[in-house]
Amino acid sequence: MTLEDAGAPLAPEVAGPAGRAAAARAHAPGAAAVRAAGLLSLGALACLLPFVLSDYRTFQFTQVFIYAIALLGLNMLTGYNGQISLGHGAFYAIGAYTTAIMVDRWRVPYGWTIPVAGVVCLVAGFLFGIPALRLEGLYLALATFALALAVPQILKHFDAWTGGSQGIVLSKPAPPPGLPLSPDRWLYFLSLGLLLLLVLLAWNLLRGRAGRALVAIRDNPIAAEAMGVNAALYKSLTFGVSAAYTGIAGALGALAIAFVAPDTFNVFLSITFLVGIVVGGLASISGAIFGALFIQFVPNWAQDISKAAPWAIYGVFLIVFMYVMPRGIAGALLMLGRRLARTTQSHPG
Amino acid sequence: MDVFLQQVVSGLATGGIYASLALSLVMIYRATDVVNFAQGEMAMFSTYLAWSIMNHGAPYWLAFVLTVVIAFVGGLALERLIIRPVEDAPVLAIVIVTLGLLVIFNSVAGWAYSYIIQPFPSPFPRTPIRIGRIVFGPHDLGVIGVTLLMLALLWLFFRFTSLGLALRAAAQNPAASRLVGIRVGWMLALGWGLAALIGAVAGMMVAPIIFLEPNMMSGILIYAFASATLGGFTSPGGAVLGGFLVGVIENLAGTYVSFIGTDLKLTLALLVIIVVLLVKPSGLFGQAVVRRV
Repeated sequence: MTLEDAGAPLAPEVAGPAGRAAAARAHAPGAAAVRAAGLLSLGALACLLPFVLSDYRTFQFTQVFIYAIALLGLNMLTGYNGQISLGHGAFYAIGAYTTAIMVDRWRVPYGWTIPVAGVVCLVAGFLFGIPALRLEGLYLALATFALALAVPQILKHFDAWTGGSQGIVLSKPAPPPGLPLSPDRWLYFLSLGLLLLLVLLAWNLLRGRAGRALVAIRDNPIAAEAMGVNAALYKSLTFGVSAAYTGIAGALGALAIAFVAPDTFNVFLSITFLVGIVVGGLASISGAIFGALFIQFVPNWAQDISKAAPWAIYGVFLIVFMYVMPRGIAGALLMLGRRLARTTQSHPG
Repeated sequence: MDVFLQQVVSGLATGGIYASLALSLVMIYRATDVVNFAQGEMAMFSTYLAWSIMNHGAPYWLAFVLTVVIAFVGGLALERLIIRPVEDAPVLAIVIVTLGLLVIFNSVAGWAYSYIIQPFPSPFPRTPIRIGRIVFGPHDLGVIGVTLLMLALLWLFFRFTSLGLALRAAAQNPAASRLVGIRVGWMLALGWGLAALIGAVAGMMVAPIIFLEPNMMSGILIYAFASATLGGFTSPGGAVLGGFLVGVIENLAGTYVSFIGTDLKLTLALLVIIVVLLVKPSGLFGQAVVRRV
């Protein structure tokens, strides 16, 4: 069992014959139409959802989109580039606090705080990525794990800015004037829109030259360097971009919950993100969405059994997925799809 | 000056706990090249076992011995059942599996024993010992003594027994060890068993100080990471020394650097880890890994 081929679904160039065949099938006119129809109906469903669901359910789906953005960021770094981060909750926290402080202390309109949170995290991630260059595998995992554990304390320490353990209470962002939407629905569409934008960006980034470079660095750093990939630059940039994604998610999260407090950004948040990318699928963009659905809804159901149950289930899923589905839900679906395509090809009609 | 010495002494005492957990991390790292993120939670779980054995009326030392034995067997079983399938997988898979163990132990402890803080008895007498104007807590001295005793026993085991020799051989050169008839798989499992045992002792030593609670080990685990990093992940003696050093640094910085105080202590551990990894990644006494390209 390896993670070696985990980049395959998005980079058919490195996927070998099977991937190329699948890509060729996907380009067949019938398949393209099916895919377009599927995406369109999915889009229509996403637009209808907040009008049929209760406010609470709408909020839950908003949270799914927010998690998906964060997972996309972490997956770029850990799934594609192979740099293990157990501390992405820290960047989520930086994003959240950037927004909270700007809105609460400086009265900046919340719309502006989201890109600012992204930029702040881009810089923070890039800077953290530089020492991370010298840390391989386990040691990077260690350092980021320590970061995750230290975050709540750091946030409490700078209480003049962060409000200490009381946190900062925000008001729910109002929809722009003229839009006939409730705040919950507006947040839903805002998060959905940002998620789509960031997915497109990530897809463009990862399917081409940059994506291949990231996967090459992950699978064989020495060979990648020999091929002329500037590993140091790519790795620290990936850290930055990954942190920026997670920071934007944090900013949206702060707005959606309308409250930030140090203890919500503990080490378990970082582990939750890791659970998300492992279950959803390492090195897969659609995996981020499956992972987000998982970490939003499974704990809710498990909570009914016991307060401790969600985490026990997380742990079991982490281990079982590593054994039987190392490419997560996205990888399993892809394999299932290919197998179906093969059987329909061999038995026409 | 008295304050300084007092802080050094209490630093050594907390350092003893970091040292014992760091020792168990190093045990596993040397045997299997794995950093076990679940080490702290395994120690916590063992301590809960000791606590419930005592609640059933067993005296302290009986509970202590039983727990140590259970922890050893449990660690052995964990390696055989859970870690073995990912032994040759990339680092990420192993990190994820040990993190999975971390959350399972944490939540099962919360489930079974609740999140209410429980007191845990100390086997050492209570009356403080005074030398000059410095006060030594007997439990603190006991912790230091137990840590040093464990280190000595481990050294004797690795140095003078054939099983210890086989363990070292299996870690250093698995292929050659297999050729001379050492069952490498079982040696790795033995490493996990020993680590779980040392962790259990560390848990029972720290519980009287910080009380028993499912999250009690998360802070200590980070200090243990810092200690093992500082001393070198490949050197048991280094890890113990690193533990004492980190304990003293933590106490002195908390007292004399007002910026750090008590609320940035975990950040200090983070700093220690990052600085050591940047300046001397192999730690003070670790062996640098040289890889052929």
